[in-house]
Amino acid sequence: MTNYSKKQLHILLLAASFVLPMQAIGSTLKAGDTSLQKWLLPGEVPQPDNNKMTPDRVELGKMLFWDTRLSGDGNMSCASCHNPLFGWSDGLPTARGSKSKVLGRASPVVTNTAFNAMQMWDGRKKTLEEQAMGPMEATVEMNMDIGNLFKWIKSNKGYKTAFDKAYPGEGINQSTLSRAIASFERTIVSNNSPFDQWVKGDAKAMSKEQVRGFGVFLDQNKGNCAACHGAPNFVDNGFHNLGLASYGDEKPDMGRFVQLPLARMKGAFKTPTLRDISLSAPYFHDGSAATLMDVMQTYADHGYVEGNISPEIDSINLTKQDMQDLVAFMEALTTPPKPFTLPILPLD
Amino acid sequence: MKNFIVVCCCLAFSTMANAAEFTVDQKDKKFTESEMNIAVGDTVNFRNDDPFSHNVYSLSEAKSFDLGSYPKGESRPVTFDQAGQIEVGCAIHFDMALIINVK
Ligand SMILES: [Cu+2]
Repeated sequence: MTNYSKKQLHILLLAASFVLPMQAIGSTLKAGDTSLQKWLLPGEVPQPDNNKMTPDRVELGKMLFWDTRLSGDGNMSCASCHNPLFGWSDGLPTARGSKSKVLGRASPVVTNTAFNAMQMWDGRKKTLEEQAMGPMEATVEMNMDIGNLFKWIKSNKGYKTAFDKAYPGEGINQSTLSRAIASFERTIVSNNSPFDQWVKGDAKAMSKEQVRGFGVFLDQNKGNCAACHGAPNFVDNGFHNLGLASYGDEKPDMGRFVQLPLARMKGAFKTPTLRDISLSAPYFHDGSAATLMDVMQTYADHGYVEGNISPEIDSINLTKQDMQDLVAFMEALTTPPKPFTLPILPLD
Repeated sequence: MKNFIVVCCCLAFSTMANAAEFTVDQKDKKFTESEMNIAVGDTVNFRNDDPFSHNVYSLSEAKSFDLGSYPKGESRPVTFDQAGQIEVGCAIHFDMALIINVK
């Protein structure tokens, strides 16, 4: 180990060329640097004590997640709005519910929700288990009669077997159904992006433009993005008003304020993860940004409707080049999709 | 009681006999304390030591307040004038939590 090979030297030089002084943010833009390790997600997904993941629970949850018979009209499943073809969202500005009714908010992605401190755009559900029944019960969403739902599932032999295997002796009820869906959702994880490889030490995993974009991302006087999109899941488990145009509506969506009536929460919505973000356009809770570049423009413009804009947005100062580099960086946050096997649903 | 900065408010000089003053920082999206025991009449300064805003509040019966959001370096005081258990949070950051027992 005394002499470096030509290849090693090349790698060392390449690594050195990415080192930029970033004292203000306390991170060095060098692949594998110790200051960056906080950006890696924990190896194991957090799971509640009463719902540790097992293959049987995940498989049952996957069936339920894809089963359209969990909706009133028998034509919508969880996957209708949380579809892997669209980065576990639906590709629509805002969701469409029962009878194709246009709903007020975008379908949030399922990706990495296992790491969230709370769920929903307004944080009104804490855990994935608490959230799971919500869309079925909502008349504007899946519009399911819950009594009928359980009557039917209990009469289905295939489901009876699957519940017995997943939750022996616990029966078929809201608790076991919610826990099964949550177990499946905890498998939807993005943690192996080019950015993760770069953090682990592969200097070639990100392009020069992407590394520069990460510098803009961290710089408090440029992107200031990490103020809210923090390590490791690019969230702060927080709520912010971005001054989106829709906040200027006559009766705007008040977001978190409905759950927590404090002035700062008016029109504030949960910070979404940026992992896999390139897969789930359009963006924002109201779907008002068609592309990531549009998102950047919104921030560069410091929002559009005054009144309660998050102070973190004031210090943003982006050039066109910064915006392009940030978009390139966000594209490096996408884990290469793996083939996804659909379940076969029990007919009776 | 680590990290607990007690700015013992000059007991000798204070006109408010026995009223103490404490400081709790908001650092790395956490309060530097998770639980505190104070006396009726004591004041807690909530100081932001993060490079982004926090919004400290409580909706507890014994003391309800909303300090609004403020940036790094700024500190805002709350005097607890009634006994009880007070749950303090940050409106912005869901999982920030601090219990103050006022006795
Ligand atoms: Cu906070």
